[in-house]
Parts: sequence; structure tokens; C-alpha cells
Amino acid sequence: MTFSCDLSGEVALVTGATSGLGRRFGAVLAEAGAAVAITGRRTEMLETLQQEIEAKGGRALPIHLDVTDLDSIKNAIDKTEQELGPVNVLVNNAGAYSEKMARSFGEAEFDTIVATNIKGAFFMAQEVANRMIERKDKGRIINLSSVSALRPVQGMSVYGMTKAAEIQMTKSLALEWARYGIRINAICPGFIDSEMTGDYFRTDQGKAHMNTLPRKRIGQPENLDGLLLMLASRDGSAFMTGSVIKADDAQIL
Amino acid sequence: MSISCNLDGKVALVTGATSGFGQHFARTLAASGATVAITGRRGDRLDELQAEIEGKGGRALGIVMDVMDPASIRNAVDVAETELGAINVLVNNAGISRERLIVDVTEEDYDAVLDTNLKGPYILAQEVGRRMIERGEGGNIINIASMMAYRPYRGLSAYGMSKAGMVAMTRCMALEWARYNININTLCPGYVETDMNSEYFHSEKGLKVVNSFPGKALGKLDDLNGILLLLASDSAEFMTGSTIEIDGGQPL
Repeated sequence: MTFSCDLSGEVALVTGATSGLGRRFGAVLAEAGAAVAITGRRTEMLETLQQEIEAKGGRALPIHLDVTDLDSIKNAIDKTEQELGPVNVLVNNAGAYSEKMARSFGEAEFDTIVATNIKGAFFMAQEVANRMIERKDKGRIINLSSVSALRPVQGMSVYGMTKAAEIQMTKSLALEWARYGIRINAICPGFIDSEMTGDYFRTDQGKAHMNTLPRKRIGQPENLDGLLLMLASRDGSAFMTGSVIKADDAQIL
Repeated sequence: MSISCNLDGKVALVTGATSGFGQHFARTLAASGATVAITGRRGDRLDELQAEIEGKGGRALGIVMDVMDPASIRNAVDVAETELGAINVLVNNAGISRERLIVDVTEEDYDAVLDTNLKGPYILAQEVGRRMIERGEGGNIINIASMMAYRPYRGLSAYGMSKAGMVAMTRCMALEWARYNININTLCPGYVETDMNSEYFHSEKGLKVVNSFPGKALGKLDDLNGILLLLASDSAEFMTGSTIEIDGGQPL
């Protein structure tokens, strides 16, 4: 990659680091020099990631974290601070996903998605930011929204709603926390190969769908490396807050 | 700076390079290894900038170009490609503003602003785009708009309109040129301190404006380096048709 950032001395915390984008984010931040708390609910998968990161000379700390549980949030941040140091970079990536047409969407599933994507993301940001503000640390928060927040996609009403809420959250918190020098921005990824999209794009229907995209392909998690690093770095994000950046290969224009 | 980018082998063309953002963009791209065609209307300033970049070990060529003149645009692109090689990065930055309330705007004001800020960049992107498509090697185009593309500011109606037009231009070009591996994005900066506005922002009136921002600060030219380098590099291959705000929260 031609674009790189040096994150030595920084401490990052990534939620939803067990798979997909979060997993890649953890690896990339560690490779750039940050000590990374990799969090999620499937501890075994976090430990595998930790081994991979350490094999490359990086530093990673796996922590069990359920973003829908406010105590779990506090504990995870406490543990990160004790073992790695205060968090300078939060990647608010944990997300619940469901693809179902609105007519048959169930209440329990609705609540789960909202609890993870809106409530979890919000309280994660709040807890991390409160500590940054106390320390007078001009930290960075990166929210993972989605192109489904910008355009309606069949079957993604609830997911899209929560991702749109994250955009408003990004701007509101940017407004309130600009005075403390905290930068909070959102990335809206397009269709990217991950556990979330699963095997869909390998099915006949998925392949047909892919063929309708302008570049006839879906992305890979590493396509977001440069953007993530820029938003995570002090210099790259110095004059950027409240921004919502789409990275979608012209899939949703 | 904690950011580095290797642009060796890239040939960039930057418009409005005689001052402000354009000058800074040219310096930044050259410092990362790109060969830069620097364009503008003031030949003496281009010579100075070229000498400065070369003095630091970079490669640059000053080409006089008037974005309001399509022949001048095509000529500049010809010269750049003949002397430096195929352009693979375009920074569409040239722009003017004529601060005037709507009721006072003359037809000449309107035409000057829209021609310089929207028509000129369109024709230049079209010219560069055609060549990128012919060569089949893709490329990166960075259109420099402004936060005024999406928020109204008293006295800057034509300017805001031209910048909003640029956002739409980027989306259409991204749509039509995605298949040719051309990545085109819009950058929307907020108020950044430059030589031209420094005096104003240190005046009583200007300080009040700065104090009204959520972050109570102006941006600095170096703050733009990260996103500029990212968009000029191969690391932003998955970003096209995007509008990127870089404004420190000023318009929130």
C-alpha cells in the first residue's frame, strides 16, 4: 500500500473484531504501530487474531465485550487502560445485521439490531470520549455506518435505519465534542466480502447482483485500510470531524 | 507528520497552483514523489513554485493556463503530457469567489464564478478523463469544492452553487467512468488559514467568526495533506463518487 500512517504510541480499541471488517481493522491498526484492544463476543476468534498480530510483531489484547451491556463496555475499557494504556482511537464497528423485508420483521430481531448498532455504538462512544475529555486527549472515534444509510436497499430497512442513526450520532457528537478536540467521523462502506455478507455473493443471485455493480465486484476488507488509518491518525484527522465518508466503489451513487 | 505516501511514478496536474490550496497541494504531491504540472494564470509565480519544488529535489513544470478558456485547457494538458508523461492524478482546484449579496450580483459576476469554478473544471476533467480512458490505465481525479456546497453563506450564492455543481459532477463522472478504473472524489474543505485570508481572520470581525465554530479554530494547510495524499494514491482504489468533508466541524 502506498499510503501509510505511523500509529506508534497510540492505543486503539476495535469492537466487533472477531470477523469481517473489525478483524481487518484490528490487524491494520496493529501493523501501523498501535497497541490494539480487539473486542467481541467470540473469544476464541479474538485469540486467533491476537496470535496473527503478535506473529507480525504487533501488540493486541483480546477482550470479551458485549456492546449491548453497559457494564461490559466499562469493563472492557478499564481492562484496556490497565494493560495497554488509555484509549486514543475507538473503532465503533460491532454491528448486528439482518436482511428481511419490512413486512415480516420481528420485534425481537428489531430490538437486537437497535441495541447493538445504535445503543451500543452510542454508549461505547460516550464512555471512551468521557475518559478522553477528562484526560484532555484529542482522541479519535470512527463509526462504521453503511451505504444502506444513504440509499434504501430491499430487505435492509431496519439495518439501514440504524446506520442512518449512526450518521446523525456522528454529527451530533462531533458538534458537542469539537470544543475538546475530539474527532468523530463515519465510514459508509459499500458491499464488502465479510461474514456479514456471507456466501450471498457466491450464489447465482448474488453473482447476478454483482454483475449489475459498476465495477462488477464487491470489495475486500483491505480496501478500507488507507481511509481507516487516515481517520485514526492524529495528523490525518486534525481538521476532520462530523464527516461521513463513503467508500463503495461507485456501488451506490 | 505521521502520514507518508509514495507517489513515485505519478504525474499530477494541479490547477490554481499560484496560491493558497493549489500551491500547497502541488508542494505536498511533489514532496511525496509525484511529478507535478502546476498551472495558473500568473507565469512568474509558477516559475517561482517550480524552482522551489526543484530545489527540494522534486519535479515540477509550470504551465500557464486559464480555466475559462477551453483551448488553454487542452493546450496545457497537451504540454503536460508531452513534457512529463500521462497524467494520472488531476487536482481540480482553481476557483474564485465574488462576495456579493444575491440582489447585487451582476451577470458578469455570475458567469465568472460559474465558468471558473464549474465549467472550467468540467472541461478539464473531461479532457483528462478522455485521455485516461484511451490509455486504459485508470487514474485519480480530486475535485476541490467547499463546505459551501451544502450550507448557504450570505454573499456566496454563486460560489456555493458552483461547488454544489461540482459534487454532482463528481458523482456523474464516477458513474460513467467507474468501468475505466477512474476514481473521482470531491473534497469539501472548511475555512483554512491561507496567506489571502489570514489578515481577515485575525481582525476583530474574523476572530468572532472563528469563535463561532464548534472547534473555535481554522484549519491549517497541512491538515489537508492526509486526505489529499490518500485520494491521489492507489490506496483509495475503492473510493469513487464520494464527497469528503474536511472542515473541523465548522458547518455543523
